Amino acid sequence: MKGLAFSKRNGLEVLRDPLNLLFGVGFPVALLLLLTAIQKNIPVAMFAIERLSPGIAVFGLSFMTLFSATLIAKDRGSSFLQRLYTTPLTAGDFILGYLLPLLPISIAQSAVCYAVAVLLGLEVTAHLVTSVLCTLPAALLFVSLGLLCGSIFTDKQVGGICGALLTNLTAWLSGIWFDLGLVGGAFQKIAYLLPFVHAVEMERAVLGGDYAGAFRHLWWVAGYAAAVTAVAVFAFLRQMKRQ
Amino acid sequence: MDAIKTVDLTKRYKDVTAVDGLNLTVRRGELLSLLGVNGAGKTTTIKMLTGLTKPTSGDAFLNGKSILTQSAAVKAMIAVSPQETAVAPNLTVRENLELMARVHGFPKAEARDKAAELGGRFGLGEIADKRAGKLSGGWQRRLSIAMALISGPQILFLDEPTLGLDVLARSGLWELIRALKGNMTVILTTHYMEEAEALSDRVAILKSGRLLLAGAPAEIKRQAGTDKFDEAFVRIVKEGQT
Repeated sequence: MKGLAFSKRNGLEVLRDPLNLLFGVGFPVALLLLLTAIQKNIPVAMFAIERLSPGIAVFGLSFMTLFSATLIAKDRGSSFLQRLYTTPLTAGDFILGYLLPLLPISIAQSAVCYAVAVLLGLEVTAHLVTSVLCTLPAALLFVSLGLLCGSIFTDKQVGGICGALLTNLTAWLSGIWFDLGLVGGAFQKIAYLLPFVHAVEMERAVLGGDYAGAFRHLWWVAGYAAAVTAVAVFAFLRQMKRQ
Repeated sequence: MDAIKTVDLTKRYKDVTAVDGLNLTVRRGELLSLLGVNGAGKTTTIKMLTGLTKPTSGDAFLNGKSILTQSAAVKAMIAVSPQETAVAPNLTVRENLELMARVHGFPKAEARDKAAELGGRFGLGEIADKRAGKLSGGWQRRLSIAMALISGPQILFLDEPTLGLDVLARSGLWELIRALKGNMTVILTTHYMEEAEALSDRVAILKSGRLLLAGAPAEIKRQAGTDKFDEAFVRIVKEGQT
């Protein structure tokens, strides 16, 4: 119960920030609209709605890192966390309280992305629902990255690292905007060693009903999500001890 | 019975001793101010008493419970209003109060009742639905203290509660703090001498982590040989050897 109250607070803090709504929903939707308009004039296979929408859904999740990290870093900086550390909340309450509320928000964000994609011509199938649900491992990865960055950096640093660096990394190394095979070499190899392109390809496979094909990407994403969560928990506990 | 009893409480950070063998008792219902120049050890003492940092050696007992071995019991009986305003900015005043009640384990309905009752007592009723981040510094501080009180703590720690506030806001908070006296034990840190003198039953003066003197403001003035409290503080700290 105590942890739930803290979770609810964190969810409200994120949802009530208009900048979060602008970036979390507005930006991915604007990208979908823009690229679909381009696609209509100059058809590119990459920007076909069934390939584009899974990519935008994953790219949108990268903002969850920014939201989560900013919230935690601000709490640390404002003594709010210090106040809560003197209450009966446990370390588990804090960690789950920061992680859990961002997951349904991530799912909702993906649902909005796919809903807009449907309006833009994406075929409505049962795989759409599965696609939305399958963003969960990637959502956990991005939210945990937020827990990690928020435990280490100040809110100003978080803006640069999560807001600029991570969103760009996700964009460049995920194969959303261009075929990684066109660049090839070390760039492609590095991209496939990271989870972002796997998250996008998993989504594309699920949306296309190719569940067997989705699984090989799922392990990459789930593996990274588990590893990053473990490191984030360690970093959070460490800063908690330091406080 | 003593509300707080520290026994050789010590905190060292590498080669710096922030608190050095502190032995201090605070009686139940008493308001004690911790005074000292920057680096005297006030904040570190509060951090140890509230479980935010572990002592290097020694122990402290809050209503008989050890901060080392019974920290959960200690946390259940204390509340802290930190130096910086610590409120959730995008939550309303009411939601902030309810949050603090809920994290202390009160059921939803009781948390709501407590928030309404305390909001009324602190004059927060009219702004209950305003976001905390939109309030002025004085109102945020008022809310911050109300948040500390909502769990009905036996011991309340107020760290620089009026820092940076204007005269009116400060005077309003003084009234609220005065009203707490006798109902709970209050530990206050402040740099404002007139605040310490006006509010405290007793004052403890720290220097370099050591307790120089503890006593009622009148007693402090008498020992320093002056009728001005700020002058007494300066004399004691300048001459200060334990």
